[in-house]
Amino acid sequence: MSSIPLDYETLRLIWWLLLGVLLIGFAIMGGRDLGVGTLLPFVARTDDERRVLLNLVGPTWEGNQVWLVLGGGAIFAAFPPLYAVSFSGFYLAMIVILLALILRPVGFKFRGKVSDTRWRATWDWALFIGGFVPSLIMGVAVGNVLLGAPFHIDDTMRIFYTGNFFQLLMPFALLAGLVSLGMIVTQGATVIAGRTEGPIAARARTYGIWAGLVTIVLFALAGVWVAALNGHVVTSVIDPNAPINPLAKTVDLVPGGWLSNYATYPWMMAAPIIAFAGLLVAVISLRGGLKLVALLGSSAGIFGIVSTAGLSIYPFFLPSSTMPNAGLTLWDASSSHLTLFIMLLATAFFLPIIVLYTGFVFRVMRGPVTSDSLGKNPNAY
Amino acid sequence: MIDMLVVDLSRWQFAATAMYHFIFVPLTLGLSFMMAIMESVYVMTGRDIWRKATLFWGTLFGVNFAMGVATGIVMEFQFGMNWSYYSHYVGDVFGAPLAIEGLMAFFLEATFVGLFFFGWDRMSKVGHLVVTWLVAFGANFSALWILIANGWMQNPVGAKFNPDTMRMEITDFMAVIFNSVAQAKFVHTVSAGYVCGAIFVLSISALFLVKGKHVEMAKRSAVVAASFGLAAALSVVVLGDESGYVATEHQKMKVAAIEASFHTEPAPAPWTIIAFPGADGETAWSISVPWLGGLITTRSLDEELEGINELVDRAQDRIRSGMIAYEALQEIRADGTNTEARLVFEEHWQDLGYGLLLKRYRVDVENATPEEIAMAAEDTVPDVWPLFWTFRIMMGLGFFFIAFFGLWFYRASRGWIDTNKPLLWVTVFLLPTPWIAIESGWFIAEFGRQPWVVEGVLPTFYAASSLTALDLILSLSFFVLLYTVLLIIMVILMVRIVKAGPKEKLFTHTDDEDDFVITTLPVTPATKELGS
Repeated sequence: MSSIPLDYETLRLIWWLLLGVLLIGFAIMGGRDLGVGTLLPFVARTDDERRVLLNLVGPTWEGNQVWLVLGGGAIFAAFPPLYAVSFSGFYLAMIVILLALILRPVGFKFRGKVSDTRWRATWDWALFIGGFVPSLIMGVAVGNVLLGAPFHIDDTMRIFYTGNFFQLLMPFALLAGLVSLGMIVTQGATVIAGRTEGPIAARARTYGIWAGLVTIVLFALAGVWVAALNGHVVTSVIDPNAPINPLAKTVDLVPGGWLSNYATYPWMMAAPIIAFAGLLVAVISLRGGLKLVALLGSSAGIFGIVSTAGLSIYPFFLPSSTMPNAGLTLWDASSSHLTLFIMLLATAFFLPIIVLYTGFVFRVMRGPVTSDSLGKNPNAY
Repeated sequence: MIDMLVVDLSRWQFAATAMYHFIFVPLTLGLSFMMAIMESVYVMTGRDIWRKATLFWGTLFGVNFAMGVATGIVMEFQFGMNWSYYSHYVGDVFGAPLAIEGLMAFFLEATFVGLFFFGWDRMSKVGHLVVTWLVAFGANFSALWILIANGWMQNPVGAKFNPDTMRMEITDFMAVIFNSVAQAKFVHTVSAGYVCGAIFVLSISALFLVKGKHVEMAKRSAVVAASFGLAAALSVVVLGDESGYVATEHQKMKVAAIEASFHTEPAPAPWTIIAFPGADGETAWSISVPWLGGLITTRSLDEELEGINELVDRAQDRIRSGMIAYEALQEIRADGTNTEARLVFEEHWQDLGYGLLLKRYRVDVENATPEEIAMAAEDTVPDVWPLFWTFRIMMGLGFFFIAFFGLWFYRASRGWIDTNKPLLWVTVFLLPTPWIAIESGWFIAEFGRQPWVVEGVLPTFYAASSLTALDLILSLSFFVLLYTVLLIIMVILMVRIVKAGPKEKLFTHTDDEDDFVITTLPVTPATKELGS
């Protein structure tokens, strides 16, 4: 293994960061479309108005969703035990998310093919579910990560999950779900306000301002609540270059332990600060009509919120509530040294290209969307 | 102990969701290239009829693509959800091609597919053509990485079991990429997709011709489909043969089951056209062509094709060796410094998977009885008769497609496209046949690999998640219900799109300076039909 130019520890850290980049990428990019879907029945009231929203995100939403697909693939490739535990443990929650996500591509594509009012209204609600449900449940899942998931691992690395779907709906987890929903609705509202005109833009501004304010309050509340939760702390010595074995470590539960990283690494405070500042900027700019600044503020808010969650539980990915030793960390849930390196090469090569062509597509599709502009394109939704 | 009901339901769910997904994928693979070809002709000749054709097939492509995306995201998540031990056990190897698929292929396809639909009046002709080709290449690269991942499940090269982490780990990534099985399967699978797209275009064009509607567009589409289809049909059979040949090297049992060859035949083995089982499950009655079997599978007249019963005997030996590997592994897990056990494991690790077959019968596999070993060895035989018959359906259709496209190609080159009504009607009704061949192909590939999820490495029953039967009953029924409803809606929409036909005057490109009047059109032809 001496031929690999980066050591195992460095690669694990890089992949922990990259996973954050991909998940934040999805929350910001996919959050646009999930947010617009969630707001669809409320911000847009007539068929024309709804078509404006669908065609606003229609050309780019498929690409944005690939951040999620890639995030899933990267967890599988770089942290297989994490992929195995989280996806099988939260099984029914994942099924609910998937069923909701399935409605999106068909909703966009099928809705406009028939002009019947009931047909279109049905797909409007399908698109609402496709935006609302994943936004909420993904946050609930993150809340459960902070609470610790009820799973254990045996010596063959087989996973046993002992919770059920309804146990996921703990008060703190629901709060986390609302934070997630709030930030995604804010994002969707800034996108709508930025590229539409008239009553739709006005309504989106109102929704965005309120969603931004509510998210700020809920995020602060979650921060206070976390101080009362048990955090997990690794008490044995970690060898960051050792082969993976989650059961080799010992873990203690410490009340308020999820906040200890901010004392150890004060720079991590930047994450919650960016979260609050970003959302505040979004709210103020929405009021003042600064469209681009609002979108940037809202995106920064998402960046801050997701980063805060990830940094708080560092070095954990997924703590276990029933067998704390089995909790997965970036040191004991990664792929092999060689796989992490190969995947880093592939990512370093392709990710910049992806960012470039995504930028190009957004540039081609730039400009306001109005109901007049839709008539020109027979492919419009 | 392992809950076999959960395993079976997990298999049903994976099979159902994968086979649904693969209704849409082959059409995407084939249609995207044909659209790119048609649009290229449009850009080169400037004739509007080709743009009309591209847009018409593009509308059908879009509806199909939406279903592909909807069912595709489930596939990526399902490994972790339903096959969590698999995900841990081989994720180090199998996850990489899946992630690279996202990086290299699906991102490209999904990002540009939006521009394909929405970029017509925002880009130059050439610019839009490049977008269409990028969508087609994205779809095909996607198939490449998925087939590399699947090829590794059929022939797990370039990886080794690590007793310290309890999983398979990559040793040689190039071997995983250039796996002979993966390469043959990739070309075989995408070619099958091209055949599917070609039949789709040909069949709908034939319907237009028979009805005398949109004749100009239908004729041109038929010519493209006939030539593209002929090349693809040849490729699918040649590479299918290559797949069979490499399977003979790496998956002897699968080949023996497909051929229903229960006993080793003296070389060169015959090829059985049809056969029927007797009371003991073995062949009672058959029609065979002498020598052909040996030629297809071994490409020689003197190499033997081993029979199922002989392979079962060999499996017994490997199970015994696997028991030694398993015992050594237990010792290494108990004491990582036990170098003696590591040496033993090194000697026998390749048979560890065979040892795991015994997990179905007892936890402490190292103490298995001869009866249990015999039962586990019998388990290595997949169900022969479904494989035997689906293989013959697939192969028969494959050869039929060559003849069929050959006929169409010949007639098209003579200019006899819309002259033979019976042929046109036959062509219309052939629409479902590529899907029958393609789904049969996946059935053979996956069902024929049983009892393994990764050939020789990990038994399927040992790979499932620790879920409850209720979890699976819920998820399986939701998926089947939702997919079926959506599939029906998709078919209805496609019929409406075909009935409405292509649009007449279409958008302008940014470089069409002489033609800047943009015609306002209704949202879709379907809307126009309704008149509301």
